[in-house]
Amino acid sequence: MTASSVLCVEGLSVEFRTRSGRVRALDNVTFNVRKGETIALVGESGSGKSVSAYAIMGILDPAGRVTNGQAMFGEIDLLAASPKRLAAVRGRQISMIFQNPRTALNPIRPVGRQIADVLVRHGRVPAREAPQQAVEMLRAVGISDPARRASGYPFEMSGGMCQRVMIAIALAAKPSLLIADEPTTGLDVTTQAVIMDLIADFATQRGMATIFITHDLALASQRATRIVVMHAGHVVENAPTLDLCTQPRHPYTAELVAATPDSAANLDDLAAIPGSLPDLRRTDLPPCRYSERCPRKTELCSQSLPLTSVGPEHIVACWNPLPVHAPLKLAIGAS
Amino acid sequence: MTDTTAVARRERPLAPLLRHSRHVLAENPVTGFAFALFLLILLAALFGPQMAPYDPLASNTAQTLKPPNAQHWFGTDQLGRDVFSRVIVATRLDFFIAIASVVLVFLMGGLAGVAAGFFGGWTDRIVGRIADTIMAFPLFVLAMGIVAALGNTVQNIVLATAIVNFPLYARIARAEANVRREAGFVEAARLSGNANWRILVGQILPNVFPILVVQMSLTMGYAILNVAGLSFIGLGVRPPTPEWGIMVAEGAAFMVSGQWWNALFPGAALMIAVFCFNLLGDGLRDIVDPRKRT
Amino acid sequence: MMTLIIQRVAMAIPSLIGVVVVTFLLTRLLPGDPAAYFAGPAATPQAIQEVRVKLGLDKPLIQQFGRYVVGLAHGNFGTSLTTGQPVITELRTRLPASAELTLLGLFVSIAIAVPLGIVAATRPNSLLDHTCRIVSTAGVSLPVFFTGLILIYVFYYLLGWAPAPLGRLDVFYLAPPQVTGFYLIDSLIAGDPQTFTATLKQLVLPALTLGVFSLAPIARMTRASMLTVLSSDFIRTARASGLSNWTVVITYAFRNAMLPVITTLGMVFSFLLGANVLVEKVFAWPGIGSYAVEALLASDFAPVQGFVLTMAVMYVTLNLMIDILYGLIDPRVRLEA
Repeated sequence: MTASSVLCVEGLSVEFRTRSGRVRALDNVTFNVRKGETIALVGESGSGKSVSAYAIMGILDPAGRVTNGQAMFGEIDLLAASPKRLAAVRGRQISMIFQNPRTALNPIRPVGRQIADVLVRHGRVPAREAPQQAVEMLRAVGISDPARRASGYPFEMSGGMCQRVMIAIALAAKPSLLIADEPTTGLDVTTQAVIMDLIADFATQRGMATIFITHDLALASQRATRIVVMHAGHVVENAPTLDLCTQPRHPYTAELVAATPDSAANLDDLAAIPGSLPDLRRTDLPPCRYSERCPRKTELCSQSLPLTSVGPEHIVACWNPLPVHAPLKLAIGAS
Repeated sequence: MTDTTAVARRERPLAPLLRHSRHVLAENPVTGFAFALFLLILLAALFGPQMAPYDPLASNTAQTLKPPNAQHWFGTDQLGRDVFSRVIVATRLDFFIAIASVVLVFLMGGLAGVAAGFFGGWTDRIVGRIADTIMAFPLFVLAMGIVAALGNTVQNIVLATAIVNFPLYARIARAEANVRREAGFVEAARLSGNANWRILVGQILPNVFPILVVQMSLTMGYAILNVAGLSFIGLGVRPPTPEWGIMVAEGAAFMVSGQWWNALFPGAALMIAVFCFNLLGDGLRDIVDPRKRT
Repeated sequence: MMTLIIQRVAMAIPSLIGVVVVTFLLTRLLPGDPAAYFAGPAATPQAIQEVRVKLGLDKPLIQQFGRYVVGLAHGNFGTSLTTGQPVITELRTRLPASAELTLLGLFVSIAIAVPLGIVAATRPNSLLDHTCRIVSTAGVSLPVFFTGLILIYVFYYLLGWAPAPLGRLDVFYLAPPQVTGFYLIDSLIAGDPQTFTATLKQLVLPALTLGVFSLAPIARMTRASMLTVLSSDFIRTARASGLSNWTVVITYAFRNAMLPVITTLGMVFSFLLGANVLVEKVFAWPGIGSYAVEALLASDFAPVQGFVLTMAVMYVTLNLMIDILYGLIDPRVRLEA
């Protein structure tokens, strides 16, 4: 935990009790976010990236339990804090936005009131002034005719507009950290860019840190300065964007990079990552959950996972990382 | 070769169903309990008159309004008749009325709904109109009206109960038929030259049956309450026929002055029967479609 | 908003037409000669013939229907054989008694069922949740008249807390001056607290009986609906925004969960209006239900016809109001109209 960290997650492990057994969704997840930094959590479906966010925010499904770890936000451990202490943090100092913005908003409540609810709840604004402030927030997220829109409902708005409303709700109390869980999935490409720009603008204006959760490595590379790659509930690689995209050291990351479509490559060259996610209900899971589909597997890989530092700020969880190699094509456009 | 494989093919659809049922029963002892209770009620319905210790119609002026004792487990009513015998014998009538109502509404509502879903167009519209008109009435009030108009016989009570439940069955059957209209086996039947009606009755209705069977169990409970309610206000079976609803009606006046056994035992029998059918319906729902658990 | 109301009213009209047709047909389906029924069991053949001509029972069916509809429009529901009074007068006098009872029963039902459903949903598989389930299933299985009798036995006979089940008011009290016909309201308007309490005392058991009866579907639906809503996306957003538990569960979740519950109310009213008749018999309540039952026993058919028609019209109207209420709460319905 460094002084400039806004969030420091260490050893986070989460388990779900289901009818068919216990799912070890997260195992020893560690990463941190500095003030004003934009990082991305990247991985396939089921890699545990959203679960990490839910655990941090304390909105895990009732069947889920944090079995280990801490998430230090300033002085507070979010995973161990009492509901009262959390109330001061959630929605106020850390906010979250979700995918499918239309279903993520209350369908029968005017959007202005949904924003006002947050403003009033987190004490930033007296109840009388909240509606007006809500309109201002709508304006700030780029919704035209905000006064009229404030009394409208989500079903009257496009997906992009709903996402803007969600951003307004999340940023109303001026948090210092925003978690964005696949915020642009389901939106068309132009709107995606606009939404991402909006978030980036707020981040720079307010010095707000951001965690992007996405399965799209290309998107992550465009917007984040640091990427954390997750696989089957583990963090496998954590590096600054440029390093990760040109010099991936974990075999899985390399596969991810190769599988990312870019405009120059032939569709035939598009690689698929061999194998599939292991069943996380198994009690005999190997310490490295990628080992069973990994082409670089050695006998070392049956030992518990290391966290090797392979460069400044570059960590790999692998016994047999890729050697330093020629930089990969920068076609995925790291900035 | 033909015989054994034919038998094997026929067995196969049944075996997984039985296995699944056993699994559900093991997981949910309440359903097992409901099944057991159902069998008990069935036994009482079939063998009640033979099992009853006294003649349910025999009055005995020396023994009027005696509380439960060793000779009369449920006591005696105002005419000296043994309440226990009357309750047991009444099972047959109430059970019979319930079964008859449910079979009738399955045929009426099931066929009408399936036809509406399968043919669409005017058939659909007419069935829909009829169903809507029935549903515009509070159901018990409509049953009252029908029995009042046609006369209080057992047949009319069965008919009234069936009519009142018609819209629900028609709606369920119609939805299922709609889904299956384009199904493979229907196409196959059509291609092999089957007339529409034969397809309806032979193919679609049997497939709709499992879904309706859940509803039928619940309707049995409703039917019993219905006939009891009608009897309570004098529109049901006529005395001295033993029937749970009439017995409660006759016992009502005495309950207010403290002689509780007259009304309590038939009322409890009513409640147990209806409770059993409701539990059974819930259990059947789990067997037929586990997604629908509330 | 207006469009919604007009639309819904228009949709109710075919139902009303159907109701009128059915109630007409009911008395023409009487086994034997309808005229004999309307003339009464004591009538001579001559009297029967007179009744036949007077009621137009010798005319073709279509014409009879026309007369029937015109009569209805003029408020002519026929005359009761036993009392000699026009049916409509009796219905009008007795309706408030039934309405007061039914509304209070519904109120009791909702007041218990909704909180029960909410708590059961917020604490799934707890003791309270299982209690809710058991109470629901038991409530649905008990015949309503039986519940009433048991309540009388326990609370009147055994405990002596409740008054004798002899109607709306104890003999010692006079009915308050008629304003609405609802004794509870009228006694308050007349500033008469003793009559108010006396009325309330008489109302407790029958209202409780009706309440227990309709408790089940409301509790069940509230619980199921709340469970669905509580696991929906927008509740997750609300929690992530740090809103208070009350705001999340009540302001956000419950208002959305209420929608299917309101739709359920339609079905509940159907049960309630039917159960009303039985409860009125048990508690000797002078409402339209007991009016019809007494008429039935005397083979007096005009009141029965009027009763069925009135109940059906009330039911259609109630459903209409539920539809409109739904539109008020759910803007998606309102704005698409």
